[in-house]
Amino acid sequence: MKYYDKLIFELSKKGRRGFTLPKNHWADKTSEMPKELLRGEDAELPEVSELDVVRHYTNLSNMNFGVDTGFYPLGSCTMKYNPKINEEIAALPGFNHLHPLQPDETVQGALEVYYNLNQSLAAITGMSEFTFNPFAGAHGELTGLMTMRRYHEMRGDDKRVKVIVPDSAHGTNPASAAVCGLEVVEVKSTPQGTIDIESLRPLLDDTIAGIMMTNPNTLGLFETEIKEIAELVHGCGGLLYYDGANFNPLLGKVRPGDMGFDIMHLNLHKTFSTPHGGGGPGSGPVGVAKHLADYLPNPKVRKGNDGLFHVIHNEEATGCVSAFMGNFGVLLKAYTYILMLGKENVRLVGPLATLNANYIKECLKDSYKLPIPTVCKHEFVFDGLLDKFTGVTTLDVAKRLLDYGFHAPTIYFPLLFHQAIMIEPTETESKETIDSFIDIMHKIAEEAISEPDTLRNAPHNTPVRRLDETTAAKHPLLNYRELLQS
Amino acid sequence: MGISYFPHTEEDIQSMLQRIGMKSLDDLYSDVPKDFVYNEEYSLPSEMSEIEVRRKFEELQNKNSRLTVFCGCGAYDHYSPAVIPALISRSEYLTAYTPYQAEISQGTLRYIFEFQSMICELTGLECTNASMYDGATSAAESMMMMMAATKKKTRVLVSDTLLDQVKKVIGTYAKWHGVELFHIPAKDGVTDLDILSAEVAKGDVAGAILPSINKYGIVENLSGVADQLHAQKGLLSIYCDPSALAVVKTPGEYNADIACGDGQTLGIPMCYGGPYVGFLSCKKDLVRKLPGRIVGATTDVDGKRAFVLTLQAREQHIRREKANSNICSNQSLMALYVTIYMSLMGKQGMKDVNELSYGGAHYLYKELLATGKFKAVFDKPFLKEFVLSTTLPVADLQKQLLDKGIFGALQTEEGYVSFCVTEQRTKEEIDSLIEIVKSM
Repeated sequence: MKYYDKLIFELSKKGRRGFTLPKNHWADKTSEMPKELLRGEDAELPEVSELDVVRHYTNLSNMNFGVDTGFYPLGSCTMKYNPKINEEIAALPGFNHLHPLQPDETVQGALEVYYNLNQSLAAITGMSEFTFNPFAGAHGELTGLMTMRRYHEMRGDDKRVKVIVPDSAHGTNPASAAVCGLEVVEVKSTPQGTIDIESLRPLLDDTIAGIMMTNPNTLGLFETEIKEIAELVHGCGGLLYYDGANFNPLLGKVRPGDMGFDIMHLNLHKTFSTPHGGGGPGSGPVGVAKHLADYLPNPKVRKGNDGLFHVIHNEEATGCVSAFMGNFGVLLKAYTYILMLGKENVRLVGPLATLNANYIKECLKDSYKLPIPTVCKHEFVFDGLLDKFTGVTTLDVAKRLLDYGFHAPTIYFPLLFHQAIMIEPTETESKETIDSFIDIMHKIAEEAISEPDTLRNAPHNTPVRRLDETTAAKHPLLNYRELLQS
Repeated sequence: MGISYFPHTEEDIQSMLQRIGMKSLDDLYSDVPKDFVYNEEYSLPSEMSEIEVRRKFEELQNKNSRLTVFCGCGAYDHYSPAVIPALISRSEYLTAYTPYQAEISQGTLRYIFEFQSMICELTGLECTNASMYDGATSAAESMMMMMAATKKKTRVLVSDTLLDQVKKVIGTYAKWHGVELFHIPAKDGVTDLDILSAEVAKGDVAGAILPSINKYGIVENLSGVADQLHAQKGLLSIYCDPSALAVVKTPGEYNADIACGDGQTLGIPMCYGGPYVGFLSCKKDLVRKLPGRIVGATTDVDGKRAFVLTLQAREQHIRREKANSNICSNQSLMALYVTIYMSLMGKQGMKDVNELSYGGAHYLYKELLATGKFKAVFDKPFLKEFVLSTTLPVADLQKQLLDKGIFGALQTEEGYVSFCVTEQRTKEEIDSLIEIVKSM
């Protein structure tokens, strides 16, 4: 990685062009419009050549780290390899040029992808039907909760205004509930890290719309009492929501539908290998049990008696959550991945991801504090270094890893442990890669004792070093104009 | 192991199992109740090779019709320069996560800063976030922002001239979030500003969401609206087409508080509805209500210029149920897409694209009227999209066009058909559409 200093605006020179448009032979000009409808001054966009643009964004990319660069053990993010064939399929012109409002008969190939992906995910999860309209995991959570509320509403049950969320949940869970107009009731974890049934019991009454669960949870632990939890929540008339952010270890092994979940979302950009793109585009399809299918948002894809696929709207639906039908391009990538895996290899995803995680956990627990020693699933959490006397923090360990060419794990989450280091290796990493990570983690633990300042000042070899985040927040400079004036 | 995505050899698996004290991969699931372990065969196709997968998708894409698009209504057939796919497919961008580790994410952080800066230039507002999912959800988020910023107000006004899908998403969020909406009807193809004034005067309005260019393609005149809202401590959010903002009056010039919309018009392929990129901009005094990621400039310990996710105390991972939005992942790579687009087009190219669309659309408009089979509905300025009424049977017209490979004359509501022309449409294509109409 190499530091590069420029912003595109700083390459700008008056009169330079980066793209040639066709000659304008038309008679009508925008200047015919009434002046009060036109903008006064031009937008100050850069004036650069095509090569300027290509070099600039190539140079910027050299300051970035991706899965293709190296090991990315970011907990709860499932940074697995993103196969290249996925990208080529999603770029096929026969899909890329489709207008979203084209008549059904002209988009049968696209609708077949929707339909078949729906069937595949239903088979994998044990749910009945999915919507692909949500754009990301959090959007899926919101859509799932809207579907939950619609179910209660259609039954004429308007008392259910609360949703139960474990204290270990991803931040998006309570935030999605609040956006959906639900009151969040937190349920505690046991010292072993799973939901405390005795704390759950008294929360359950006829005001509960449902519970949001992540299983395995954010500590990477399987909620072993899920059967009893499902019975309790269903017993009070609530529904079970499954946060699919952690579905990877169960892929090929356990189906949320079989565990009693009524609604779930998947992150196609985690479990189904579509790239994260620096924070999107993702896709957060929501699956439901059969009795909830009508409440999924519009529009939907159905196969008609004529053998053709149709885009339909139904009145029972919870509404619309996206302008069209979600991130179609991402669906093409996920469907490609499923076809490549097939029913044979899908069985290996969860077990190999789980093997990798447990192997790292066992190999590092002599240097890092392992608060919960049981078998984990796809990820696990250390509570900082074992040796607390050095004063070296989790942040220091994370930053030092960057020097050694690894991405850092997720840090300071979940909130249950003050020095949390959450590691998720995924199934696509080899034993050699993992062993070299383990070696470096041991080395860092030794450095914490022998040269703690090296860690406190890490990273040393990255394009930039630790940033002044306080000034950034105190005196925000959020665009180029502000930066120029600062 | 069958597939190339799993690097484990049988020997690797055995030695790793041994290290963790287990005998088989099944032991890793000893904590899962037995009835929940799925042992049946998955109802999925058998594994395919890359060659077979490619063939399958070639077949699937051939079941779609590639049409010459004369339709807008929220997705526009603008050209994507070749430079963009070449750059965004760089895996340093594509396979990175959200830039939490700023030291090794300066590429992502820097293009987000550039995206924010360029969208600010177009909207005329001071703050822009790192992107939203799409235009419809950005409009819905602007509604929640206005509710959060004006605590005691209870209603949000929504113009009926917004795109239908945008209104539907706003309506869905409003229903479950608990926001009362009031729909301002259209009058002569634009938002009825008299009704808006009357509603604003009631004093309970948190804000209004109005289009800059509406669902009929008409460029609305929103002068004076912001002042009325501000006088009652309400806010104005304008839904806009960022490409068009290179020529039409900006939310900033209207003194709006928020701008929202879809960046698809900035060269993103239509791709059957996504991925696109929403944007959300606001005045500086509202920045702490702005949802999602925001990148700010700072320095590192050596004094080097650097960029970082900032003002994170607004967000869900810190504030949980008290956050003003649940958004986490956005559409970052698509923000890069449009940032490269805007860099290539530049100050002049962004205007030229609009001139080409405007010229072509007005040529089509006049030629359609000249056939005598179409009538003007509204006598209002438009940019690249318009509606007409027609004496032709609409279904028949659409079919005739489709038979010749043209997608147009979409019936957006009873009595109107809609057309759109971008810089991609040639005179020959427009003339062949006219010929079909004439032959009917």
